[in-house]
Amino acid sequence: MNANLNELRAKISEHRAKKRGRNWLHVREGIIETGLLAAALSSIAITLGIVFILCWESVGFFKEVSLTQFFFDTQWTPLFDPPHYGILPLLSGTLMTTFVALCVALPLGTITAIYLSEFAAPWVREFVKPLLELLSAVPTVVYGYFALYLVAPLMQNIIPDLPASCMLTAGIVMGIMIIPYVSSLSEDAMRAVPMLLREGAYALGANRIRTALTVVFPAATSGIGAAYILGLSRAIGETMIVAIAGGMQPKLSIDPRDPAMTVTAYIVQVSQGDLPHGSIGYKTIFAAGLTLFVMTLVFNLIGHYLKKRYREAY
Amino acid sequence: MKDVDKLIRQQKFQDRFFAVLGFLCTLVGLVVLSILIIDLLRDGWKSLDYQFLTSFPSRKAESAGILVAWIGSILVAIVTALTAVPLGIAAAIYLEEYARKNWLTSFVEINITNLAGVPSIIYGLMSLGLFVYFLGLGRNVFVGGLTLGFLILPIIIVATREAIRSVPNGIREAAYALGATKWQVIWHHLLPCSVNGIATGTIIALSRALGESAPLIVVGAVVFNTVLPPSPLQANFPFVNFDWLDSSFSVMPIQVFNWVSRPQEAFHRNAAAASIVLIFITLTLNGMAMFIRYRFRKKVQW
Repeated sequence: MNANLNELRAKISEHRAKKRGRNWLHVREGIIETGLLAAALSSIAITLGIVFILCWESVGFFKEVSLTQFFFDTQWTPLFDPPHYGILPLLSGTLMTTFVALCVALPLGTITAIYLSEFAAPWVREFVKPLLELLSAVPTVVYGYFALYLVAPLMQNIIPDLPASCMLTAGIVMGIMIIPYVSSLSEDAMRAVPMLLREGAYALGANRIRTALTVVFPAATSGIGAAYILGLSRAIGETMIVAIAGGMQPKLSIDPRDPAMTVTAYIVQVSQGDLPHGSIGYKTIFAAGLTLFVMTLVFNLIGHYLKKRYREAY
Repeated sequence: MKDVDKLIRQQKFQDRFFAVLGFLCTLVGLVVLSILIIDLLRDGWKSLDYQFLTSFPSRKAESAGILVAWIGSILVAIVTALTAVPLGIAAAIYLEEYARKNWLTSFVEINITNLAGVPSIIYGLMSLGLFVYFLGLGRNVFVGGLTLGFLILPIIIVATREAIRSVPNGIREAAYALGATKWQVIWHHLLPCSVNGIATGTIIALSRALGESAPLIVVGAVVFNTVLPPSPLQANFPFVNFDWLDSSFSVMPIQVFNWVSRPQEAFHRNAAAASIVLIFITLTLNGMAMFIRYRFRKKVQW
């Protein structure tokens, strides 16, 4: 009887110990989950940090400069006397270089994507795609060197009177850099189009190129749109190429042969100097940064929406 | 019949024409890349010697070197890796394995996509305002590394998520069936299974950080540094010190930028030489990533 009781007691305490162990496991699982959640939320904290700092410093800026002057003045000379704070010259520089870059990257990227997805043999695709991605792995300062000392002289041979650094040169090199952003995502979107659609077109007698252009391309539009917007937003935010080869002159112009300054190049120019914290010149870079952030935010959200749509389509 | 033949010929011609056009367009990028590398080698190969790698910056192009720059790059990359990699992997695990489908999760997801698209220079502005002035941490290696860490965080999260997602559910179910807890499943099975994908993403992200200069210019990296940061290792106890975190720094891409913007041609040759080193590092890292991805795809069959 006693022996049995002791055995029972031993069993109970063993059970309790097990339960304690399990409880500890539970607690540990909880701690880990909370830690992981905190890591996931850190991305939100970064965004909040960005928005907070940009807005905080910009509020100081807009206390001294009116919104009308900021958006409608056609001169940007914040460090001269008398200062002008019109963002338009910087915006025109950013948009023109982006436009030139897209004129290079969109056709080349799209044709590359159609070729790789519809024409190339699998081994060619496997081989070429990573190589193309190296284009976006090259540091952008190196592209800047390339643009200023190799592409610019070449361009000057073709177009006489072209200044050594101008929006055209910077834009073209930037376009080469963003080809992989455009081609890679477009190709993914086209490859996600089901084979059945292609076979239907072939059965009706269409050749490859016709199938690609009239069936595959339209079916993949939202994914291709997302790729284009990714390229666009890269080009808007690109800094070093335009800072080195764009000319660094804030000038309201839509002629790509002119030198100009982009929003990003302005921030670099000011940061190289030593502006005292709190001065109006210091605050301008945050106002410029906020403009840039809002622009890319809009495009990123459109891109996100398009990408989601093509993922759900098939 | 003749018409049909003609039509067929025409159609086949169109296909062949586009195949050639597409091939040429694909080549454009690759040709430009090779021209770029050849141009750099032509301009900078002669300046690239042992003295160049071990000299401090100087006003004379012949005696200037990249010692401070490459040491700075390595130190900054260490801070970047130590912050972004654990944080990114943890966030990815949460989003893949724990997160329920609710507004918070989709908000975090949209937020990460957006962060991946934020121009790098904005991260620099954020660090300048928040770390340098608001928190008063100074313009040092730690702040520089943290800035780049934030910059590459989205890349690591996205890559890790994809790697974890590609582990088949059977692995998870088998582990659960044997009584493993969620974390045990993740730690003992999911992470080891997806380590290749995570490594690939991390290497590519680090190579991006090494080539990035704009945010560090904004944060205030110094170009004319003639003092090296103190060594992280020391001879006496406790063998490591953390003074290097608080020292001013310069990195490779900023050194290149500085030399590119000078008028004298001798400095341009230096810029080309430093670019060769930089491009060699980034392309090697990317090659490593490609190799891991390739081997992984060949070896693993679920």
